[in-house]
Amino acid sequence: MAVLGLSVELLALFVGFGFMVGVFFGFFGMGGSFLVTPALLILGYPAPVAIGSSMAFVFGTAIIATMKHADVGNVDYRLGALMFVGITLGIEGGRLFVFFLEELGRAELVVGVAYVLLLAAIGVLFTRSALRADGADDEPDDPDEIPELAKTIKSYDVPPMMTLADGSKASLWTISGVGGGVGLVSGFLGIGGGFVRMPAIYYLIGVPLAVAVGTSLFGALISGGVGAFSYGRSGVIDVGVVTALLVGSALGARIGSAATVYVDESDVTIYFGIMLLLASAAVAFGEIANWTGIAAFDTVSFVLLIGSSALVTTIILYYGTKEIRAGAVTPTTTTGEK
Amino acid sequence: MVSVIEFASPTVQALAVVALVTVEAIVLYTGYGVLERLAGPSVIERIEKA
Repeated sequence: MAVLGLSVELLALFVGFGFMVGVFFGFFGMGGSFLVTPALLILGYPAPVAIGSSMAFVFGTAIIATMKHADVGNVDYRLGALMFVGITLGIEGGRLFVFFLEELGRAELVVGVAYVLLLAAIGVLFTRSALRADGADDEPDDPDEIPELAKTIKSYDVPPMMTLADGSKASLWTISGVGGGVGLVSGFLGIGGGFVRMPAIYYLIGVPLAVAVGTSLFGALISGGVGAFSYGRSGVIDVGVVTALLVGSALGARIGSAATVYVDESDVTIYFGIMLLLASAAVAFGEIANWTGIAAFDTVSFVLLIGSSALVTTIILYYGTKEIRAGAVTPTTTTGEK
Repeated sequence: MVSVIEFASPTVQALAVVALVTVEAIVLYTGYGVLERLAGPSVIERIEKA
């Protein structure tokens, strides 16, 4: 029996995995998309299908996130519109590169290695952040303050200069470069790229932090929509996989978001960091399985990715349940915003 | 729906995927929102009493 073109086992797996990814997204505000492509690669989907389906999933989660916030927050729409061209060209470039690698028969290998490095890097960042004893707050005291690097970049007058919503000016080349660079990463890896886009808007283009966050979410909508359209034209998006993932993640995101009311993020961040390091190892084992043809590595890879995700989800739910039982917090809402 | 998408031109196929994902996301967000309002309080209460 097949539902959405998937066996019942695969359907349950994708809904369950989507739920876990949704809990991470709702709880940490990130972590959604960069687990989906690796999972599909480990399950044997060709790289273009894995990336294209992940991009469509990113689009769905971006719509849900936008609806949840009622609007996309403090957005510089002019900046978003200016970035659109760069994002579109970047995603198309990423997609073309993936298909070029696919023709060479190297797409799974190159994308897999890129994910090993990406997940390891983010895992190290999260683990280090969790272990940092001082708990320093990186947010500026003045909400309108922009970083020194951005001030330096903005000081170079490279025409055409565009006026941003806050009245400051930025070169169209910087804006297009940021859009194109983030789009390239998104299109190549099938990720929303918020963890790259938000810092890039803040540190390179130079807008206040709150505007960078809102404009980045707006950028996720653009990236997801353009990516889904671009890969959709190639006919590589598995709609059944995307639907199953969204069914799970939309529920998981609500529960993850509600858990933020009860659970201190710092209690769980280290587990998330370790999970990302294990996910990196899982993709590496998947690659080793491809090179050696030894099926046991595939099993290890699958168990590592799903097992570590399930463990961290369980930890978040356990902490949440414990706090509810203790009656430590009486939430005014069950959809606590990050 | 999937088979209809498969036989369309690439652009129509891509637009259909984008439209389908949009509708799915809206329906899921709305549906789970209703479920949360209806079942959320009783789930919290059950956990508190467990």
